[in-house]
Amino acid sequence: MAQTARPGKLELAPPGLGQRLATAVKVFFRLLGHSKAGFLGFLGVLFFVVLALAGPIIVPDAGRPDMTKIYQPPSLEHPLGTDYEGRDVLKQMLRGGRAIIVVAVLAATLSTLISITFGALAAYAGGWPDSIIMMLTDVVLTIPQFPLLVVLSAFVKLDRPWLLATLIALLSWPTLLRAVRAQVLSLKEREYVEAARALDLGIPRILFGEILPNMASYIVMSFTIGMTAAIYAQVALYFLGLAPLAGENWGIMLNLAWVRGAIFYKDSLMYILAPVLAISLLQLAMVTMSRSLEGVFNPRLRES
Amino acid sequence: MGSLTGADVHATAAGRAVLLLRPWLGDWRVRRVLRALFTIYLVCTLTFFIVRLMPANPIEVFIHQQISEYGIPYDEARNLAAALFSVDLDRPLPLQYLGYLAELARGNLGTSLLSRGTPVLTLIGRFLPWTLFSVGTGLLLSFSLGILLGMVMAYRREGILDHLLTAVGSFFQSVPNYLVAIVIVVFFGVQLGWLPITEMRGAYSPGMQPGLNLAFVKDALYHAALPILTYVLTTIGAWMLLMKSSTLSTLEEDYVTVARARGLRDGRIMRSYVGRNAVLPLFTQMAISAGFVVGGSVVIEKIFVYQGIGFILLDAINRRDYPVMQGIFLIITFAVVAANLLADLLYSRLDPRIRVSGGE
Repeated sequence: MAQTARPGKLELAPPGLGQRLATAVKVFFRLLGHSKAGFLGFLGVLFFVVLALAGPIIVPDAGRPDMTKIYQPPSLEHPLGTDYEGRDVLKQMLRGGRAIIVVAVLAATLSTLISITFGALAAYAGGWPDSIIMMLTDVVLTIPQFPLLVVLSAFVKLDRPWLLATLIALLSWPTLLRAVRAQVLSLKEREYVEAARALDLGIPRILFGEILPNMASYIVMSFTIGMTAAIYAQVALYFLGLAPLAGENWGIMLNLAWVRGAIFYKDSLMYILAPVLAISLLQLAMVTMSRSLEGVFNPRLRES
Repeated sequence: MGSLTGADVHATAAGRAVLLLRPWLGDWRVRRVLRALFTIYLVCTLTFFIVRLMPANPIEVFIHQQISEYGIPYDEARNLAAALFSVDLDRPLPLQYLGYLAELARGNLGTSLLSRGTPVLTLIGRFLPWTLFSVGTGLLLSFSLGILLGMVMAYRREGILDHLLTAVGSFFQSVPNYLVAIVIVVFFGVQLGWLPITEMRGAYSPGMQPGLNLAFVKDALYHAALPILTYVLTTIGAWMLLMKSSTLSTLEEDYVTVARARGLRDGRIMRSYVGRNAVLPLFTQMAISAGFVVGGSVVIEKIFVYQGIGFILLDAINRRDYPVMQGIFLIITFAVVAANLLADLLYSRLDPRIRVSGGE
């Protein structure tokens, strides 16, 4: 009798991290399989991630300015035409995704971490920690993010990806936190969590071992939404010229095409449209993917 | 509301005020108003410390600029800075902070650095109405259109219109609003030449006398048309989709079944039974959306050269006119907080269940 009750015997079951990840990935694909649009969105996101990773490797150099080839129309040599200094637009497009996506991933990681940690804590602990966290969340949620970011850009030189990402993340966690909190509140009432509580496993273990793994697809969804918000904010900052126009990315291309008058020439139409299309498609792909995840996740939406 | 703010100022009165307020704090509306005030206070504090504690302290920068550019003696430059930023630089920081709050409470936001002597409040009074006008009209149009279309989509679900509107709505919802604005300018303004894009710049035509007459309203609408179009296009998708799912769940309610069983006409059920109840949950979204659209208007106004508050904010930032920047940011925050508060209070009036359950 005494032997079977030993805690060591009870702990045979917990699956390893690798196994958990494998399950999470499997669940993720099963969820995506439910909707064609969601799968297309996923493929789109995958495409842009691969482009971000491989683009600067395929095109190691954006080419030199050539003043004799300014604003050329699309041709075989320059499929998307040339820019205000005579550089190839397609090459810039291939290279320009990485910076945008890196900042978006950094910002989304940070804001997801903040919202998961504090959202789960608020929901799980309840009482005054919940009140304080929710109060703070509501306050940050009502502060208009973009104007604050714009004002901050006058004081802080946003020339480093992590700095830009941190600022964006610090302003964009509240929506995610609310969603995570609601989710944890409902998971908290499930039997397996009650069982863990009855075993007195401690809050960190219950949160990170029992509740969060069951929210994996939900976290992916929040992460994607965080990325779209980060892309919105950072491209706008570049477009307005409030982040330094050093380096290559689609936001800077947008700014230069607008400021240097590319919009007024028929020949350079693709110069401004290329970044517009790329950013729009990236956002569309991410929103479609996260929405189909949400649709599967929230059965009330699936019915309709 | 006035008595509440008064209580915050006097520290000794605070204890008594809490006792007096205790029965009130049970009412969530009072807590909601307190939260709104707290948000505004927090943002005021934040801006104070941003301006003073950042690496490039604008007051120091301004003083040194005056000395190097105009050869003004240090004391004089310092006095000038103190006057323009409405801060007494000789006092310790905490006292400066209290002084700043007191000035704000009196409605003094300082004066512009570049247009000397123009109070920031005057600038705001001149430009804020145009942002409120264009954003307000855009949101209202998009909300009413979105609700109508959403209901149609719910009633004719799985039809061609439903699929088409869902696709178009989701598309415009995910594309950043400033990209939509850019495409409008590039295609319809420049490449196709359908819209006189330069003529439509500004908040109203030069030479127009602002006033409440038909000609002026028409002119103002003409100039605001493209910002409004952008706001409508980029927000209507969310309203349609929200209204559709809300209508679908309302259609399953018992009272709708009963109304049908009583043989009421479909139009009446749609308006008085389904529509009224389905639209309720959208009101809280309205406030969040308003905040987002006002924030985004900074870029939209820049693209269309529409002289609203966002346009002036960018101008102030580019020319490092710190008091103007600070004042405009405070006013935008104030507007968004007020809109949120209003929406929540309105919602509680429209939906009595909120008042009972505490509105969490």
